[in-house]
Amino acid sequence: MNGSGGLPVLRLIAQRLALGVLLLFAVSVLIFAGTEILPGDVAQSILGQAATPQALENLREEMGLNQPAIVRYFQWLGGVLTGDLGTALSNRQDIAESIGRRLGNTLFLAFWAAAVSVPLAILLGLLAVRYRNGLIDKAISGTALASTSLPEFFIGYVLIFFFAVKLGWFPSVSTVYDGMPFVDRMRGIALPAAALTLVVLAHMMRMTRAAILNVMQSAYIETAELKGLSQFDIIRRHALPNAIAPIVNVVMLNLAFLVVGVVVVEVIFVYPGMGQYLVDHVSKRDVPVVQAVGLIFATVYIVLNMIADIAAILANPRLRHPR
Amino acid sequence: MLDLRRIPIAALVGLVLSTLFLLTAVFAPLIAPYGMAEIVGDVWEPFSAEHWLGTDNIGRDLLSRMIYGARVTIFIAGLATVLSFTMGSILGFTAAVVGGWFDTLMSRFVDLLMSIPTLIFGLVVLSVLPSTIITLILVMGLLDSTRVYRLSRAVAADINVMEFVEAARLRGEGRGWIIFREILPNALSPLVAELGLRFIFAVLFLSALSFLGLGVQPPEADWGGMVKENKDGIVFGIPAALIPAGAIAALAISVNLVADWILNRTTDLKGGRGNV
Amino acid sequence: MSETATARAPASGGDDALLDIRNLRIEATVYPPGEDPHDIVIVDDVSLALRRGRVLGLIGESGAGKSTIGLAAMGYGRGGVRLTGGEVVLNGRDIRRLGVRGLRALRGREVCYVAQSAAAAFNPAHRLMDQVVEATLEHGVASRREAEERAVALFARLGLPDPESFGRRFPHQVSGGQLQRAMTAMALCPQPDLIVFDEPTTALDVTTQIDVLAAIKDAIRDTDVAALYITHDLAVVAQVSDEIMVLRHGKMVEHGETRQIIEAPREDYTRALVSVRSIRHEEKRPTPEPVLTAERITAAYAGSLKVLEDVSVAVHPGQTLAVVGESGSGKSTLARVITGLLPPIEGTITFAGRTLPPALAQRGREDLRELQMIYQMADVAMNPRQTVRTIIGRPLEFYFGMRGAERDRRVAELLDQIEMGDGFAERYPAELSGGQKQRVCIARALAAKPSLIICDEVTSALDPLVADGILKLLLELQKQQDVAYLFITHDLATVRAIADSIAVMFQGKVVRYGTKTEVLSPPFDDYTDLLLSSVPEMQVGWLEKAIESRRMEAAGH
Repeated sequence: MNGSGGLPVLRLIAQRLALGVLLLFAVSVLIFAGTEILPGDVAQSILGQAATPQALENLREEMGLNQPAIVRYFQWLGGVLTGDLGTALSNRQDIAESIGRRLGNTLFLAFWAAAVSVPLAILLGLLAVRYRNGLIDKAISGTALASTSLPEFFIGYVLIFFFAVKLGWFPSVSTVYDGMPFVDRMRGIALPAAALTLVVLAHMMRMTRAAILNVMQSAYIETAELKGLSQFDIIRRHALPNAIAPIVNVVMLNLAFLVVGVVVVEVIFVYPGMGQYLVDHVSKRDVPVVQAVGLIFATVYIVLNMIADIAAILANPRLRHPR
Repeated sequence: MLDLRRIPIAALVGLVLSTLFLLTAVFAPLIAPYGMAEIVGDVWEPFSAEHWLGTDNIGRDLLSRMIYGARVTIFIAGLATVLSFTMGSILGFTAAVVGGWFDTLMSRFVDLLMSIPTLIFGLVVLSVLPSTIITLILVMGLLDSTRVYRLSRAVAADINVMEFVEAARLRGEGRGWIIFREILPNALSPLVAELGLRFIFAVLFLSALSFLGLGVQPPEADWGGMVKENKDGIVFGIPAALIPAGAIAALAISVNLVADWILNRTTDLKGGRGNV
Repeated sequence: MSETATARAPASGGDDALLDIRNLRIEATVYPPGEDPHDIVIVDDVSLALRRGRVLGLIGESGAGKSTIGLAAMGYGRGGVRLTGGEVVLNGRDIRRLGVRGLRALRGREVCYVAQSAAAAFNPAHRLMDQVVEATLEHGVASRREAEERAVALFARLGLPDPESFGRRFPHQVSGGQLQRAMTAMALCPQPDLIVFDEPTTALDVTTQIDVLAAIKDAIRDTDVAALYITHDLAVVAQVSDEIMVLRHGKMVEHGETRQIIEAPREDYTRALVSVRSIRHEEKRPTPEPVLTAERITAAYAGSLKVLEDVSVAVHPGQTLAVVGESGSGKSTLARVITGLLPPIEGTITFAGRTLPPALAQRGREDLRELQMIYQMADVAMNPRQTVRTIIGRPLEFYFGMRGAERDRRVAELLDQIEMGDGFAERYPAELSGGQKQRVCIARALAAKPSLIICDEVTSALDPLVADGILKLLLELQKQQDVAYLFITHDLATVRAIADSIAVMFQGKVVRYGTKTEVLSPPFDDYTDLLLSSVPEMQVGWLEKAIESRRMEAAGH
């Protein structure tokens, strides 16, 4: 708001961004190291015990395994930074190219799941607070407890079983292709988006409720009540400005959660996205693909967490208006 | 000591179901009407008197497979939980009490591991490791121990700065007394509840991996793997895949109910007498 | 300043009360863990009446129901508290019959509230001005311009710095004393008929309290508002109220004019409250060989400025050294240095003739045994999962190797000494009252047979009568066992009651040090003078005298 107070906020945000970049590098090391933890080498584990020495040697050569790990890491990192993710071992295709379209599909699915679940979760969270300890609140808490225990595929197949097979409203397999009309595409992703929504909704609702409740129990809310303000004004003027940061935090954490949930949901609905791509290539032990896709998932996760932290910094009046 | 009438209905249901699941797992060969891999009928037969839950995608008795599957699921998830818990809590407590470089180093490393989603990192590692049960237990246990570490470190650090711990230090008590007699009794209730949650997480994680074809390998099968085997039936309106999926949900919910109750019960500070 | 008489019921004749509470009964449902929820009565059959421009003090210990009655005047119950009987008549109508809308119209218009912790009661996200004028605008009492003018005038009247620009600040940008005054301005801004002050100065240091108290008193007089003034401190309430009601366990004990309550209380309980801290203690002379000497101590927490600078004090065997100062004076840090929790940067600590190693880890078991500590918050100073027997018995085991029956016998003896029976041995801390908890902590310290006990604000969290009991017990134990105390406190009345020598601390330094008589006799240094003159005395009119003498001194300088 006022310019003079901006400095420490900017410094904190810069620090958080720098930390994020540092974290990304550390994560790339970890992901690379994660594929190096075998006592033998990757070529052996890819080809199995029956492989001929010649085949092993060829694969080692191709993967550059004869070089020390640190050299290979920096070659890989250099490639990643310039947009070259290498080629897949299984089908010799350029990884960056294969990922391109799939990433779009995954983001499309995640976007619509978020577009439904975020407002719904906040609304239900607010309702739970408004009618605290009432029927709605108890129902919400109960569902939340249950749904954190439900596996994604249980939700997914129940949806398919009733809405695709029994009722025939939606396709059971979510095929999407280029140039597909928007309406068909939306019909295609309806069930996976619904499954994703259900996966994160309860958790997000419960956390939103806790965040708002925490604010509503502050002494300044009592002050507002004793000024004779209406319930609506209390929430709008006094609760909301303080609840925004924790709510943004909740939303970001759950979006990160959603991005991971995508992996299983895509497999359930045979949806051509990043998750399906990752799982396929894990079974094929196609290490370059796994590394690239793993890094992308981790990056999205880290960036969402970083946004949550920055939102918290921005919303803190103590930091915006220092003494 | 334990008044049964005091247990809320929800916790009682959870307790009974959890026990039932555990007994099923332990006595699987005695209970199961057929062998695990025995083909006893046609493909995807409906519920009947011989096959209470019908048959699976190649004609094996689904109930028998479910019973053996309980064994695999609970065994692997249980061992992974034991591993994650022992490692996480010992390191977390030590970090909180010792402090200094050990704490800094451990905590930063755990932060790093937790900045990658568990499933994703699990998949990366499993892409090069052999698919054995030992691998699964180790990977799941180690990855999940980060969460236990963070919780136990936070709980212990909170208690460690309380004045009664300071009083013990001023008395000259050793590290052993401080950890086991001052901190542990006060950390127990959140940790026991966390034990339940970690077990649920292990069950769900294992099921997800097996469902993706990266967990327990055939002919062995856990519930997640059985969902994968039977999933193609869904589009024909055959709900066989929903049964193992539902069993996973039921197990997770019942353990959750128990954990919730333990957390509420053991926060009582009057030795469970509840007078005054 | 137009009175919006249209908005409220016409006030009845001048003789009639503004607020008339009759046979008020308040209940709440409690949910103890592991038990069925049940109702308890918080306030029972309390009646009071208040005319315009009068101040009624409500006084009592914690749990007396005084805050609950104050909030009942606004038709408000905190956390499940319900008004279940009687009438609360304000401006001629029973507010219990008003309904949600009616209550809303009344709160912030006819009755305003000043909370104990203004720091928590202000919304951190908004500027002070917006919050101060909010109720005035909400109820349409004045235009924004008019309201802000009023607020600035109130800021000036309450002695806030830069009244013109004060409102532009955020709550975290001003001090605690200033926030408390801003909250008073917030309550006065809509020109209500009644203000409920709920312990408005309790959280403040004494030297700040006196200014806020004077500001509140002047504001009440100038605006002719009526007030309920709630506090646990009889000396404070004696300064501001016209009449006082003493409450205990939700029932009225005594009600009368302030002078009568202070000078001629009728009930035993009131008499006990008035004579609190009138313990007589005969001062002992310093001995040639102190049990503990701290010499030229300088200390700092990692990465911060010096918290202690060049501090030297001594404690004599069987005597009490009181270290007195306000928050931030470094008095608790001194305790941490002496116990070895915070090794000093410079300086030495000599104990019974030997120099103690600076860090706790290097000290021998005998050193630790002889130097025990008692804390302010007895709740967190005992492991909640251990019984009283374990808590008191552990030092016996640890230092003297006592086991089994021998140990139990000694625990019983110690429980006897702290005037609690052996029946308490199997209880957990959560099953004890505040005073009992502190007694168990004393027994734990005594079990080690120490020659010195550091008492860090041990009575500050307790109600006055309970605190008195603890002080008497400590003095009695000193007489019996010849143990020395290093008594850390912010409360000069406590110091007067028990000290043999006194060290006054201010901003990390000892500004005055000597025997009690020396320290408390003029001529004073500036800070000690300020501190001494700020402690409220149980005397009507003390506040005016204190302010007056302060003014004269300021003029003299």
